[in-house]
Amino acid sequence: MNSVETDMAENNLPNSKLGSLQYDPAPESAAIAKLKSSYGLFINGKFTDPSKHEQFETINPATENQLATISQGSASDVDKAVKAARKAYDNVWSKTTGAERAKYLYRIARIIQERSRELAVVETLDNGKPIRESRDVDIPLAAAHFFYYAGWADKLEHAGFGNSPKPIGVAGQIIPWNFPLMMAAWKLAPALAAGNTCVLKPAETTPLSALILAEIIQQAGLPDGVVNIVTGDGATGSALVDHPGVDKIAFTGSTGVGRLIQQRVATSHKRLTLELGGKGANIVYEDAPIDEMIEGIIDGIFFNQGHVCCAGSRLLVQESIADDVLRRLVRRVEQLRVGDPMDKNTDIGAINSLEQLKRINELVAYGEQEGATRYTSSCELPKKGFWFAPTVFADVSQSHRIAREEIFGPVLSVLTFRTPEEAITKANNTNYGLACGVWSEKGSRTLWTAERLRAGVVWANTYNKFDPTSPFGGTRESGFGREGGKHGLEAYLNV
Amino acid sequence: MSDRLEVRKTYKLLINGAFPRSESGRSYEVTSAKGEFLANAAQGSRKDVRDAVAGARAAQSKWWSASAYNRGQVIYRLAEMAESRSDELVEFVKLSEGVKSDVAKATVAKSIDRIVWYAGWTDKISQVLGGSNPVAGPFYNFSVPKPTGVIGVIAPQNSSLEGFVECVIAPIAAGNSVIALASEKRPVPAVLLGEMTETSDFPAGVLNIITGLTSELAPGLSSHEDIDGLDLEGADEAFADELAFLAAGSIKRVLRPGKKSPKNSIHRLRAFVETSTVWHTIGQ
Repeated sequence: MNSVETDMAENNLPNSKLGSLQYDPAPESAAIAKLKSSYGLFINGKFTDPSKHEQFETINPATENQLATISQGSASDVDKAVKAARKAYDNVWSKTTGAERAKYLYRIARIIQERSRELAVVETLDNGKPIRESRDVDIPLAAAHFFYYAGWADKLEHAGFGNSPKPIGVAGQIIPWNFPLMMAAWKLAPALAAGNTCVLKPAETTPLSALILAEIIQQAGLPDGVVNIVTGDGATGSALVDHPGVDKIAFTGSTGVGRLIQQRVATSHKRLTLELGGKGANIVYEDAPIDEMIEGIIDGIFFNQGHVCCAGSRLLVQESIADDVLRRLVRRVEQLRVGDPMDKNTDIGAINSLEQLKRINELVAYGEQEGATRYTSSCELPKKGFWFAPTVFADVSQSHRIAREEIFGPVLSVLTFRTPEEAITKANNTNYGLACGVWSEKGSRTLWTAERLRAGVVWANTYNKFDPTSPFGGTRESGFGREGGKHGLEAYLNV
Repeated sequence: MSDRLEVRKTYKLLINGAFPRSESGRSYEVTSAKGEFLANAAQGSRKDVRDAVAGARAAQSKWWSASAYNRGQVIYRLAEMAESRSDELVEFVKLSEGVKSDVAKATVAKSIDRIVWYAGWTDKISQVLGGSNPVAGPFYNFSVPKPTGVIGVIAPQNSSLEGFVECVIAPIAAGNSVIALASEKRPVPAVLLGEMTETSDFPAGVLNIITGLTSELAPGLSSHEDIDGLDLEGADEAFADELAFLAAGSIKRVLRPGKKSPKNSIHRLRAFVETSTVWHTIGQ
């Protein structure tokens, strides 16, 4: 019996095992996805075969079953896409009025809403995230993002970038696998509203929803070449970064790759925005509202299996309540329902790839080696697919790798502090600076804390909230540039 | 011409509020645009740069925690000091840049006016670049521009005062601290301005000025991991590429040279701020 269980027994807290209660399965139907067996590259308004005829399979990480065959875009395919985007920019899109651009974006937003159930299923099949999240978060936010930026297209002169702000030209956009459609929306919507044309490279393991978006773009009647979608692996992204015909690179992904991209772009005069990794501190003061706070911590780290750049992966708890918080957290983790992502009751789905699962296992092993105390849910994991049971590490110190490196998985590191000053020092003791959380009932303390945190986003008494009107992005090695709000336009205007 | 032998001054570095010679013990001769001896200046070293970064880091949070009103007053005070010593600035701009007196006078006047312009920005930038965001949910959500942190500036090589002011005062007005490499061949006006911060209530370390060889100092400045942003205005294209590459090692914000700076543009304020957004729940 570990110390937490002893505490539970002593305090007569029910050691609840809701997680083991039997729920009837409530699976969404995979047939709703209506997937094709294979997909081409979306270049100049048409699905085309890759020039080298190379293909790869995209799989469902929850079952390891193949979902569809995807085209591997080569450098020459990227070249075709960039040329199509340039031609569309010169001949069509730069001559399309803001009001007309707006209407195309409104159309896209509407069709996303109309096909939302299909998109949610596709997203969950390809990514492994719970259907509840793709249905309630990813897809609605993608539609909302197009809806929001549509409205900016004919109001750019009011955005604070001068009387007649101009687009940059052709934008090359590289997105990650954690929120595939939402990231595509975050990239495409502001770029198109500002008058740019785009070449989008979806993540290798999650290309499907972007390809459905390509169909939606066709349905919306967007002029050929305004949006091109080239699937493939890192080599495809690399070709896009290096292409001389691209005026701007927008990348969301790891800090390691972001650094390489910034180095490559340094000598090219391309404009660049980066949305990179994080090691978000979630600060809990002793006066925090306890139930909301526990749910917020859980949401902060376990939302989307922890595959979230802004995840609250470092919990900083005031020492006076640390034992109580840890006890409640461990109990709550035990109740999380882990399993079939297509089941509407599932809280935690599959890890997106074997590669990512290996990375999580590696860092968790370091956590144990370096002396942190591990609590892992006793939930049963499916036999096939990639899974990691939700895990909390207590007794973590600042020098531990699990306190410094982004795990990008369902693993929380718990540290403690005594004074608000110490909380700030520990929270800022990282090279990252993306997001933090603050939990307190005292408004003045919350604002004092928010002022001192070096982070692009601070959530107070909440966590992992997103909205198209709210600028999102990092400081320090979490990258630069903002997505969302009028600030998000700056990334795509020549200012 | 009097017979009195003039007392020559050595132009020293400004590091964390002090005016040391270079720790390297080196100095170099600065000449006028015509090639005549003008002054001895400290030839700063990489260690001087590192010392300046340490001072700038400590100063930055203090500078940012002062009220915007107070920061405006401090910067305005610098304009007052510059005005009172403008004859000296005019003389050295004239000699350094090889321009006629009236041109130098106009340059100094414009530089001082620019300091005043930026002084007025300290308490307006937050409203102009920030705001509240109407999110769909029970949250009060607002964004404010926070300073990027510690900024390295490769000051323009030709415009010894006006260009220096533009590149240095803008990030300071936005709440950053600065380590500036003064123009290699024309450092004196910048050093004079640095001296004036001493009597302008600038907290130590907010502005640090290193004189010396740009080619020797700029790479260390650009790759320093505790610098958050870099203004490359004083580097030529090829050198700027090299420095931008070094800056990428720690994901610095980089302002490349040659970007047009129209008279009323705030792009230098915008370049070194980070939009920081706070969500707070609304409820009873």
